[in-house]
Amino acid sequence: MAWTKEQMAARAALEIAPGSIVNLGIGLPTLVADYLPADLGVWFHSENGLLGMGPFPLEGEEDSQLINAGKQTVTVVPGGSTFDSALSFGMIRGGHVDLAILGAMQVGENGDLANWAIPGGKVMGIGGAMDLASGARRILVMTQHVTNKGEPKLVASCHYPLTAPRCVHRVISELAVIDVTEGGFSLVELAPGVSLDEVRSKTGAAVRA
Amino acid sequence: MSITSPVPAGRHRDKVRSSVEEALEPLFDGARIMVGGFGLCGNAEALIEGVVRRGVRDLTLISNNAGNLGKGLNAWLEAGIIRRFIGSYIGTNEALHRAMAAGTLEVEIVPQGTFVERMRAAGAGIPAFFTPTGVGTVVAEGKETREFDGRTFVMERALSADFALIRARRADAFGNARFWRTARNFSPIMASAAHTTIVECDELVALGTFDPDDVHLPGLFVHRVLEVKDHEDPFEYKTTRQRVG
Repeated sequence: MAWTKEQMAARAALEIAPGSIVNLGIGLPTLVADYLPADLGVWFHSENGLLGMGPFPLEGEEDSQLINAGKQTVTVVPGGSTFDSALSFGMIRGGHVDLAILGAMQVGENGDLANWAIPGGKVMGIGGAMDLASGARRILVMTQHVTNKGEPKLVASCHYPLTAPRCVHRVISELAVIDVTEGGFSLVELAPGVSLDEVRSKTGAAVRA
Repeated sequence: MSITSPVPAGRHRDKVRSSVEEALEPLFDGARIMVGGFGLCGNAEALIEGVVRRGVRDLTLISNNAGNLGKGLNAWLEAGIIRRFIGSYIGTNEALHRAMAAGTLEVEIVPQGTFVERMRAAGAGIPAFFTPTGVGTVVAEGKETREFDGRTFVMERALSADFALIRARRADAFGNARFWRTARNFSPIMASAAHTTIVECDELVALGTFDPDDVHLPGLFVHRVLEVKDHEDPFEYKTTRQRVG
């Protein structure tokens, strides 16, 4: 049985060291916050100018001027702070964010990340993706192993426009946890009931066991 | 000394304006205008609407998103007054997708951190800087790169404007301003990078109300101040959690 999205999020949460400064990308990575023990001392950074982001507000307590990078209403935890975008991206670019968990369209076996544009597709823009991918100290990718059309997202070489070269450290998909190493993709862990053969057949590059 | 004219002389006196029309009086066709806000959060709503009524056109809009959901800066796109857009994200902004498809709009997409740093540089007297963001991607194409300590960086140029339209929670007559929560975003940086900065505040307060340690935007960056008490402050995506117990 492959992992569900929630199980992927729970697995990703194990990657977070106590006291880390963590930026969660829009979409799947947002789920990770629900699986962290409160006493882990993790501070969530949101690139629109918030450190110490808390959960979504209770109904009736929403503030349209307190949002995350996905423009969803959020809260701020005790000890949190707000700041301008220049300082916020200085935190990212300056290596002060320990971990960014990002989505992906393609990951190359050399760690290249493509997650902002599909050739010929609608232009969605870049947002903070390039700054996070090149600036955060560690990049964890959370993604489905293949596209909706069944094409591998882990590939020998990205052919989608890059977000940043050689930046991805580890990938968590519904099938496996895979590291990017000097020698390419390397298996860390299989989801329960998933075989190495299945992972290899759905990956567009060699996977070392 | 009244709340509106507490500065007795010099170029920093008489900044307070009593109407949107008066505040936007210096705008001109072809102007480069920065507009603060992250999506719809922290928009100078009255000034944005006022620019459409003012009738200026061929504008360069410098703003992270250019509105969304038919709100905010979508009004400028729908009015067809923008010739060029410089920002970082388009996403589900249908008005922007329509304008791009119509071929009437020139669009420059910049990584968000580079976008704000280019404006910070302009405001701080730095003509260009080297950043790691965008190296090895289309963003760096045609730009100078250089190695420092074994890592490659790309040179980005400062970005300035004729006007910045800024929303603040509170401001005084010198232009000192404070923002609320994540509504601060690009606003104080844009204020520093524009020739003329116009602040729309929810509440105009007397000089000396702010503790000097608490000023987010020092007044020297601000040229015109307008009090607008009522704002829609729309929710882009209202998300909540379940009440437990």
